[in-house]
Amino acid sequence: MRAALAALLIALPLAGLAAGDAGSRYAGLPGGRFESALDYEDAKNGVRIAPFALMRKPVTNAEFLAFVKRNPEWQRGKVPTLFAEERYLQHWSSPTVPGPEALPEQPVVWVSWFAANAYCESLGARLPTWSEWEYAAAADEIRRDARKDPAWRERILAWYSRPSNTALPRAGLQAANAYGVHDLHGLVWEWTDDYSALLMDSDNRNQGDPDKSRFCGAGALSMDDRDNYAVLMRVAMLSSLDGRDATANLGFRCARSAP
Amino acid sequence: MTFRFRDAARRLRTLSLGLLLAAPLALAGPPKDAPLPGDSIYQLPVKLTDQDGKTRDWRGLRGKPRVVSMFYTSCKYICPLVVDSGKAVEHRLTPAQRQRIGLVLVSMDPARDDAAALKRVAEQRRLDTKRWTLAAPPKDDVRSVAGVLGIKYRALADGEFNHTSALVLVDADGRILARTERMGPIPDPEFLAAVRKAVDGT
Repeated sequence: MRAALAALLIALPLAGLAAGDAGSRYAGLPGGRFESALDYEDAKNGVRIAPFALMRKPVTNAEFLAFVKRNPEWQRGKVPTLFAEERYLQHWSSPTVPGPEALPEQPVVWVSWFAANAYCESLGARLPTWSEWEYAAAADEIRRDARKDPAWRERILAWYSRPSNTALPRAGLQAANAYGVHDLHGLVWEWTDDYSALLMDSDNRNQGDPDKSRFCGAGALSMDDRDNYAVLMRVAMLSSLDGRDATANLGFRCARSAP
Repeated sequence: MTFRFRDAARRLRTLSLGLLLAAPLALAGPPKDAPLPGDSIYQLPVKLTDQDGKTRDWRGLRGKPRVVSMFYTSCKYICPLVVDSGKAVEHRLTPAQRQRIGLVLVSMDPARDDAAALKRVAEQRRLDTKRWTLAAPPKDDVRSVAGVLGIKYRALADGEFNHTSALVLVDADGRILARTERMGPIPDPEFLAAVRKAVDGT
């Protein structure tokens, strides 16, 4: 037994990031200077993104079930209402049975930011920042930055215009992007660690008028790239949320900083 | 940040039992050892380090209504206004009412807001630390504290923060009773009324 374990411990590092358990769940992203579609007053030359790892797929019902079984305080009915609104996991058959409306391989939805954050922390991980998410999501299957391609934009927008009352596909069904990450578009919306850093006025026309803005300092964010509706919609949606909110299309995935 | 509600609750119960025995004459509020309501902000376990360098779970703030807000000490523009707003509420209470309210400013910049920085603001702004608590959470807990208070912020490249400002009134058990984003020397009348009601009710 001990020998087998030792052999395993030796084999694992050799298998490397691609085959190890955590490794296969995460893709490594190199980071670098990234031009956001958001117009940051304080980062006119782009945001700097450190190397990080991002889960290849959004967290599924099966994975979230394992988490709430290990951490009963996050089960529906037990979680303090401070951390999750009443619709938290409402589509599950019971607090510990996802059931027919939440198949094991479907991404988990109806989760609050606090729950998503706790899930990632339970793995020694964290939620990705908005910049990390936006950077990873700029890639298509072959290019790391496909955002200027009108055909690609059309494809993403087509998803947003689909009715949201149809059943969610399995996570990982779509082809991976250039980094090996699936489903950043076309499946669910995703929490980011700093969802509440996206200070966007609900009415963009208020920008530049400090009396009308809710935010001090550099004022609200504005879109640098107004044709990038997919990003605009993500930001508008995230900026409208409270940490305890849960919705039918909102899931998450975790990230890790490079060691 | 870890979520160990029950452990923390158990510790809290033991601790408050000690407090109750030690101070039998303490004014009756809701018992501090009762389970926290599910919507209490104190459900979030956070260790705050205050202007005197004392580090404790913010559940120690339980027991009287408090006006809670977030700020950071190096902020030149809006944060002084947050302090002004808290003082304005305080000044419009009777001396008796003032005894029964607490004001808590939580820093969103723990990297720079150590006890000395917090104490400096308390002294410069003449904040009575019998009522006022200026404190910083661990770096990784700031987003969660902001989350339960409904405050948004973003760290800027130059060390400043872009943030929303709010005063949040919680009852003795940490349930949110009222909030206002109206800052300045003239208190939001509805918010002030809620504060008066909260202190008169206990």
